[in-house]
Amino acid sequence: MDDFQGRRTDENGGGRTADERLAELFAFLRRRVTGDYEVDEFGFDPELNEKVLLEALRPLYRHWFRVEALGLDNVPADSGALIVANHSGTLPMDALMLQVAVHDELGRALRLLGAHLVYQLPVLGHLARKSGHTLACPEDADRLLRKGEVVGVFPEGFKGIGKPFSERYRLQRFGRGGFVASAIKAGVPIVPCAIVGAEEIYPKIGDIPPLARLLGLPYVPITPLFPWLGPLGLLPLPSKWLIEFGEPIRTDTYDPAEADDPMLVFDLTDHIRETMQGQLDALRLRRGPAFPPVSL
Amino acid sequence: MTRTALVTGVSGHIGARVAIALAAGPEFDRVIGVDTAPPPPPSGEDGAVLGRTEFVRVALRGPDLVEVIRDADVDTVVHLSLVSGPGGGSGGRPAMKEHNVIGTMQLLAACQRSATVRRVVVRSTTAVYGSSPHAPAVFTEDTEPVEVSHHGYARDATEVETYVRGFARRRPDVTTTTLRFATLMGPRVDSPLTRYFSQPVLPTVLGFDPRLQFVHEDDAVEVLCRMARADHPGVFNVAGDGVLLLSQAVRRTGRPMVPMPSPAFRLVSGLARGARLVDFSPEQLALMSHGRAVDTAKLAAELGWRPKYSTAAAFDDFLRSRGGPGDLPRALVDWLADFVTGR
Repeated sequence: MDDFQGRRTDENGGGRTADERLAELFAFLRRRVTGDYEVDEFGFDPELNEKVLLEALRPLYRHWFRVEALGLDNVPADSGALIVANHSGTLPMDALMLQVAVHDELGRALRLLGAHLVYQLPVLGHLARKSGHTLACPEDADRLLRKGEVVGVFPEGFKGIGKPFSERYRLQRFGRGGFVASAIKAGVPIVPCAIVGAEEIYPKIGDIPPLARLLGLPYVPITPLFPWLGPLGLLPLPSKWLIEFGEPIRTDTYDPAEADDPMLVFDLTDHIRETMQGQLDALRLRRGPAFPPVSL
Repeated sequence: MTRTALVTGVSGHIGARVAIALAAGPEFDRVIGVDTAPPPPPSGEDGAVLGRTEFVRVALRGPDLVEVIRDADVDTVVHLSLVSGPGGGSGGRPAMKEHNVIGTMQLLAACQRSATVRRVVVRSTTAVYGSSPHAPAVFTEDTEPVEVSHHGYARDATEVETYVRGFARRRPDVTTTTLRFATLMGPRVDSPLTRYFSQPVLPTVLGFDPRLQFVHEDDAVEVLCRMARADHPGVFNVAGDGVLLLSQAVRRTGRPMVPMPSPAFRLVSGLARGARLVDFSPEQLALMSHGRAVDTAKLAAELGWRPKYSTAAAFDDFLRSRGGPGDLPRALVDWLADFVTGR
């Protein structure tokens, strides 16, 4: 083992030797097998998230989609915020990439509010909880925001992620604006976020509604690769991604009681939607082609 | 004026400890313990299991309870006789429901007639919130359950709470406290979940990793005593701080975990139930899939006190009493570490 002594490791090593990294790995394994770690009341397991779940996503983030995150200053560094993003791509890859961006570029855990469907499914529901996410319901949203967490929400829901390729980069109807009410109640800023690139990963050109009904899913997509190529069709196309956090919209100027005023909530929801559509159009223009020629 | 407390379910572990603690304190001159079965025989120590507490055996139906409350001028009633599962050979589920629901109705009816009762403390359970993927992650006292439980314990507790609310409406002069306890955990607790964690191999539901919350028996007794000694009206969740995931709890036991698909898990727990090994009711099966966590801020604010044991500490205390965790997995990692680093 003398060969390892003193040898420098890769860019993440930060000057640590292989031995130190190995010792760290075994300390991690020891903690994991003896259950000696903490999860929060939502089931968030920060250690597993950071060391395993996000680690698995980082190659996709860095090398496959070459994600660039912009407007990082718009997310508060240590207080609560509600990130509102567009949803697209047939499978929620955008949620995963947003999570990596918020964690790695901002150093904060993103707590997404997810659909009921996610929490009904085995494995997926509990992986979602372990990576910090929870069910989209006012109680959980209020609770997370009160704790000063960065909460993420995709108000378009299935209408956004499951829309046909022909409607790409057109924001769908937002839900009932529950997220706006939650932000007003907690007095936290709403950060509109545009994600460009997810639309092209699984271009949805068709749907199989009877099969979707049978499986209890919102849709079963047909893409240029799926289901024709079988599991290989699940490979996302390597589009170029940009994620931009926009100018925060303050809500602490309202009285928390105004969260119950439907007119205010509707107006604010519309305002946010228009802001995001503009942001999305500009960012799409800035990105240029989805599949730029590879420059070596 | 002499002050008298009545504790029901005093033949159970928690009931006996609450009765002893209340009898030892200065607040009550007299503590009467009632139950349908006699307390377990004295086991040395101070001669009697119940210490200064007077034990009265009562029938569930009939005038016994009314007479006890009237004759002794009871002013504080601590109702702990909710049973969580049909015990071995005592009539099964119908008897359990009779005990829980009819027993509570009888007690509350007796309290309503009494001119002396000033305070009623009732033990309930966080099982009233159910376990569902559609519910909020953390329940507060005013969260409506998404789906009302149709099974056993949780349903009994829900009905008991309904009667308690009715009683509180009819007798607003009486302070009524409902305590929703998380799963009890500790060296002397014997429940379906402690029996589950005592098995050599732990089956889990494949693809699910529920959040569990425990309250240590010492903390449960402490909360009950504090509620019996002073007025704290309302409904309160009682649980240790934090949560443990089932997988995490199993790892702490050091025993092998066997994830099995949900139907197989049902089958196995049905067999275990038939063999009277582990008595897993349907709502416990839901708990083993979807878990449950509650907010205890209201209790902490009301009492200015937090449970001494967190959920994890309560579980570790339970494990220590059962001979401590197995250390095979840890030994394996140590061996691997030695092997790789060549020492």
